[in-house]
Amino acid sequence: MIMPTNGEAAMGNNGLKLILAWGFVGVPLVWGVAQTLLNAIKAFH
Amino acid sequence: MALSFLHRDRTVAPPGYSRWLIPPAALCVHLCIGQAYAFSVFNLPMTKLIGITQSAPDDWKLTELGWIFSLAIFFLGASAALLGRWVEEGGPRQAMFTAALCWAGGFFLAAIGVYLHSLWIIYLGYGVVGGFGLGIGYISPVSTLIRWFPDRPGMATGMAIMGFGGGAFIASPLSVWLIGKFSTPTHEGVAETFIVMGAIYFCFMMVGAAIVRVPPPDWVPEGYVAPAEPKRLVTTQNVFVYQALRTPQFWLIWWVLCLNVTAGIGVLGQASAMSQEMFKGQITAVAASGLVGLFSLFNMGGRFVWSSTSDYIGRKNTYFVFFALGTVLYAIIPHSGAVGSVSLFVLCYAVIFSMYGGGFATVPAYLRDMFGTRYVGAIHGLLLTAWSMAGIFGPVLVNYIREYNVTHGVAAAQAYNATMYVMAGLLIVGFICNALIKPVHERHHLTDAEAASARGSMTPAGE
Repeated sequence: MIMPTNGEAAMGNNGLKLILAWGFVGVPLVWGVAQTLLNAIKAFH
Repeated sequence: MALSFLHRDRTVAPPGYSRWLIPPAALCVHLCIGQAYAFSVFNLPMTKLIGITQSAPDDWKLTELGWIFSLAIFFLGASAALLGRWVEEGGPRQAMFTAALCWAGGFFLAAIGVYLHSLWIIYLGYGVVGGFGLGIGYISPVSTLIRWFPDRPGMATGMAIMGFGGGAFIASPLSVWLIGKFSTPTHEGVAETFIVMGAIYFCFMMVGAAIVRVPPPDWVPEGYVAPAEPKRLVTTQNVFVYQALRTPQFWLIWWVLCLNVTAGIGVLGQASAMSQEMFKGQITAVAASGLVGLFSLFNMGGRFVWSSTSDYIGRKNTYFVFFALGTVLYAIIPHSGAVGSVSLFVLCYAVIFSMYGGGFATVPAYLRDMFGTRYVGAIHGLLLTAWSMAGIFGPVLVNYIREYNVTHGVAAAQAYNATMYVMAGLLIVGFICNALIKPVHERHHLTDAEAASARGSMTPAGE
């Protein structure tokens, strides 16, 4: 069995943390921007 | 001490920590405090807390409620200027934690104010306590981001400050939804909405405080090599926070920011009315509200795009673009009204708002280029007084010039023309201020002994 090195483990750990952290702020922001765009489109129609 | 985990020394990043975790930490704070731009959604419900279906005689007036936002922005500037040094000294986690307490506390106090129907408690809560949360929160991640991203400081701070522009996009629909949920035929759900939003924002900001780390001393990104020949307008030295106030560069950048914001903020609040009056019959009230939303997106996007661009073309050139292009666009707007071109009007405004946001986002990196990284957060705090000043001047200028024109018989559709030319004039002054910015004289730099002494403290030797 191939064991991950410390560096690889840290990178994998960082990858998960990065997805969680960016998702935590990105999802609400994208939702808010989408709501604004939808309202703008509705207003023009 | 129980709160020692907040101190800067306890937030030094361990080996292998990814610097790309810092922008989301900063966004956790800025997305929350950006709610301030959406406070107006509470205005109408707060004028009907007693009357419910319509305002009762004892209900608050819109003019009284307008002071809540103004106070918050005033205390944003004041607290950033007063506490910038404390923020820098204590580190980002302590500042973010304090900002979360103040921001959420401001909402809770405002909820009590609504419950007791005391506007003064709301002024104190959202305006003063919340305003301190705004100021501390706004500057809390700036110097940390600049230290983690010496290769791309504009992009890094642009990401955080983009969050401040984006916070309103989340807060506005969320507030409307929550008010709807808590309202009954006999009750406006404003107090409950304040409590829920305060709780959500506290938790969200605490996640940012938990994630944030400062880089170890002398850390540089992997593969990063500092330019062998330093650029003329990018210093490798540091200037002490209060020494920066004695340099012409600080005050020139103060005016650069103040004039850029004055021009933008003045028309920001009037965009809806202006578009309807200039294009009567073409732009309805509903379409105007959609336009304002669209402009806000450009305001947010410009923060990231322009600040990232400044990493390549330089800060001074970026502001030259803002002032030169802005002058042309402000001068074109009356023409767009005269020929009835809505698309030209929208295009001009979209670019203007992108540059308004870009001005906020690029200025921390400009300060870093001039004064070094050591005290950039505190110096940025002092500079934000320019924003407070512009927040007063901009809307007053636009409103008074329009009022003067209307009372002197100018048609409503042309009443904004003079305003646009005045704004273009302000940008020309800004262009000149920017042109006058030269590198800081070396007599203002920290000496090697002072710099070594300042590593562990905010006070350089001899101060």
